Amino acid sequence: MDFMLSALPALGDAAGMIFQPLVLAYLVLGVLMGLAIGVFPGLGGIAGLSLLLPFMFGMDPILGLALMIGMVAIVPTSDTFTSVLMGIPGSSASQATVLDGFPLARKGQAARALSAAFASSLYGGLVGAAFLTVFILVARPIVLLFRTPELLMITLFGLSMVGVLAGRVVLKGLVAAALGLLVGTIGEGASSGALRMATYDTPYLMDGLKLVIVGLGIFAVPEIVALLRQDRAISDRPTLGGGWLRGVRDWFANIWLSTRCAVIGVIVGVIPGLGGSVVDWIAYGHAVQTTRDKSRFGSGEIRGVIAPESANNAKEGGGLVPTVLFGIPGSGSMAIFIGALGLLGSGDIEVGPSMISTHLDMTYAMVWLLAMANVVGTLLCIGASSWIARLTTVPFALLAPFLFMIIAFAAFQSRQDLMDLVALFSVGLLGILMRRFDWSRPAFLIGFVLANPAETYLNQSMQIAAARFTQGLAEGLHYIFSPIVLVLIVITALSVFFGLRQARAIRSEGDVPGGAKRAPMLFLLAITAYVVAALANAAAIPDFAWRDRVFPMAIAIAALAGCAILIVQMWRAPAGHELFADREIDPSEQNRHGLWETLAWFAGLLVLTSLVGFILALAVFLLLFIRYRAGRSWGFAGLYTAAGIAFICALAWSLNRNFPPGLLQDLVKLPWPLT
Amino acid sequence: MTIMTTRRTALALLAAGTALALAGPAAAELDLSGKTVEWVIPFSETGGSAKWANFYAPFLSEELPGKPTVVVKFMPGAGSTKGANWFQQQSWEDSQGTLIFGSSGSTQFPYLLGDPRVRYEYRDWNVVLASGTGGVAYLPPDLAARMNGLDASPLRDVNFIYGSQGATQLDLVPLLAWEMLGLKVEPVFGIKGRGDGRMMFERGEANIDYQTSSSYLGGVAPLVEAGKAVPMMTWGALDDDGNIVRDPTFPDIPTFKEVCEATPGCETSGDAWAAWKAFFISGFAAQKMVFLPKGAPQEAIDTFTAAFARIKARPDFRKAAANILGEYPQMTGPAARKAFEQAITVPPSAKAYVLDWLKERFGVTLDQ
Repeated sequence: MDFMLSALPALGDAAGMIFQPLVLAYLVLGVLMGLAIGVFPGLGGIAGLSLLLPFMFGMDPILGLALMIGMVAIVPTSDTFTSVLMGIPGSSASQATVLDGFPLARKGQAARALSAAFASSLYGGLVGAAFLTVFILVARPIVLLFRTPELLMITLFGLSMVGVLAGRVVLKGLVAAALGLLVGTIGEGASSGALRMATYDTPYLMDGLKLVIVGLGIFAVPEIVALLRQDRAISDRPTLGGGWLRGVRDWFANIWLSTRCAVIGVIVGVIPGLGGSVVDWIAYGHAVQTTRDKSRFGSGEIRGVIAPESANNAKEGGGLVPTVLFGIPGSGSMAIFIGALGLLGSGDIEVGPSMISTHLDMTYAMVWLLAMANVVGTLLCIGASSWIARLTTVPFALLAPFLFMIIAFAAFQSRQDLMDLVALFSVGLLGILMRRFDWSRPAFLIGFVLANPAETYLNQSMQIAAARFTQGLAEGLHYIFSPIVLVLIVITALSVFFGLRQARAIRSEGDVPGGAKRAPMLFLLAITAYVVAALANAAAIPDFAWRDRVFPMAIAIAALAGCAILIVQMWRAPAGHELFADREIDPSEQNRHGLWETLAWFAGLLVLTSLVGFILALAVFLLLFIRYRAGRSWGFAGLYTAAGIAFICALAWSLNRNFPPGLLQDLVKLPWPLT
Repeated sequence: MTIMTTRRTALALLAAGTALALAGPAAAELDLSGKTVEWVIPFSETGGSAKWANFYAPFLSEELPGKPTVVVKFMPGAGSTKGANWFQQQSWEDSQGTLIFGSSGSTQFPYLLGDPRVRYEYRDWNVVLASGTGGVAYLPPDLAARMNGLDASPLRDVNFIYGSQGATQLDLVPLLAWEMLGLKVEPVFGIKGRGDGRMMFERGEANIDYQTSSSYLGGVAPLVEAGKAVPMMTWGALDDDGNIVRDPTFPDIPTFKEVCEATPGCETSGDAWAAWKAFFISGFAAQKMVFLPKGAPQEAIDTFTAAFARIKARPDFRKAAANILGEYPQMTGPAARKAFEQAITVPPSAKAYVLDWLKERFGVTLDQ
């Protein structure tokens, strides 16, 4: 209990530091800025913190911390808005929220879903902070127990969530996950730098695709296009049912689920190297596995919102452990946070063990600032949710061009290359087709997110294990099969077993009727062709870089086996079978516009951007879209365009970002923002 | 706030005065008032170069004529060659002082080794600042105890594991040094930064590691105090005659040169040594540099040089720099040009030696 004696005075000191009017004012300022940035999909903590960095130099440490933590803490809360309202994952931490949050919004229950999510976020944040207050004192030795084999097992556990989300035809879900893994290996191999599905002449692919682009492409683009084709508002009810109070009650009714998921969130957050990319899926999987009636998951089950939202805020608190105690950032925003800490005050706060020994008060101040930022931010969000939920009643043709503008801008931030937009469009097309033929998009995304850690940890632990085995069999076995690994293997095996048994009951994409054979078969053949190409490409990697070859080849062979079985099954099954799920023949979709016609609008924006640059292309696109597609007057279209351009310019200017240039910009020198 | 403002004004006046004194009337032609200077870093927001540029940026903003806004822009990709290739396409005529570029050792090595991704030429650019750094290798206490004084040969039967970012990057310097000492070090590739390598060491998976000076001070020095790590050697520092001497930040830790001299079979002359020294100088003595794009006139180079010289002279800079950048030379003018030359020239024999070694040891072929 020794450590408790040192903890109590530090806690008192921390409280003294935090509870000052100026500190609280900075915290609220940070929260407001975080809200303003976090509500836009694809922009989050990294963009916000970069904005604050120039002001951090020499700032009073506690004020700087209040500002930065206020901003970081609120992002996983505020990104819920787009996840629930538009079906667009605001960040990697709220991908799972989309699955049930968006169906609720479409049923006119956006306010309920939002307030349940916010209440869970708040609770998760507080549970996380309480847990950390004690845990941080003993965290260092525990975190060090998680070596490479343990990290690999946690990654595999995350992958096992594919089982729950595989969809009606389990094999299709598994192939989708394998495809995600394969797409995740595109680019330079981590081990020897061999190129996979890329060449030195395609520099864009050398670094692989970025999560923001794949996340937006696979979820956001298909939803936007689908809603546009139906040409109505997001909510199918004219009046919004269920106010914010109902959501809070929903949360309270599921408080134990919320608690469990918060603890899951903290624990996964504490482990360095995984960050937040799996925590929402693990929490979602947990919610599914512990709910008796699973039939509503994917079509608006409130527990599917509460679980990931409880976990993702708690994860931020957990993420402070590797950041503060080891200087290992759990996420991009935490990495900037570490850099900024060195700029504060006289620059003597250096993350590392000293944060427990000499700066414990500062560490506690961070933990509880995080908790308070959650409280402030959540209250603001709940207060606003009934109002913001009304967005779901706006005709979507007016909302879509604005959304598309934002996601194109966010995608462009990943590499500041026109190819970012091409990649977004291409992944978007894949997402549209996967949605149409009922291939599990969550499974694909989980595969993509975990491809890199799975491959790296696999290679590293094999390499280290090989060195251990030279010291003796027992040494090697002891390294690979530590008690933590064994426990994780059992958990993963149970999760796979129950997940696959339940998968058929959970329709993460809703019910899709079976249709004619040709189109689904063609899509399957296209996927097979890519898998074959990836396999051939990986097989050609020279021997010296064999570590970069093994993982993509193994995955491709597994995927190919799955594809082969599916092809045979499709060959023999009659038309209308569930294998041939095709949303195009679903009467509930009520499409008023064709797919290709709708896509042509966006393709037009892309082509025009490559010619005259983003801003000019956007102006033309907005004007014509509002006039012809939305059918408004020229005056309205002009106003809309002006407002849209002004908005995106203000956003880019305040974040110090440029827009994609086109051919025109090569020929003529234009002033910002046309550059 | 008033005190702050007055201090700023005083500093600004001082700076303006020094500017006139140092640079003369010619440099005063470049006026950046109302402009925004973009400082492009070819890495992500999260690395050491970002820390370095973010630290310098507010000072640069105050010391450039006209007090322009200085913003750091990140253009990561392809191990920094993407950003460098982009900078190669920029010209002075288009930017007129509103564009500078920050390179690092990871930009230099691919250039020196003839990486096929490199489409840039350092000699087209104009250096205005060069920052040095150092590095420290360290061991677990039980292995460090096996060393016979400075003689590392008792460690030759140990199977070393080292978390590495890649053999063709800065890790080339430690890997080659250990190889010269005759140690069996197996690099485990795929880590995302040196911090991950240190974690691997702390978890007991890696049993040898190195960190650059500032990371060593922050992350490893506490481990040394706690008895969990022991410094093995530094890479050293260069004196004015180009000799390797003890690193001024770590005067008590022997250099690799000393360890090599004391270890039988390790030579501080000959091809291997020459190659190691050349790459050490390139990678550490001028590890990070600031450039103006090709075609910059002398006045502009002088203006930026004078601005960085004034930053170095500021007392508030010195105090903070010691914490953030370590006690290393921040070079401008002729010193920067000398460091630049050292950074981008390795003798053909050294290059050939390293390319051979990379091929034999790792199967990596770069020069095609």
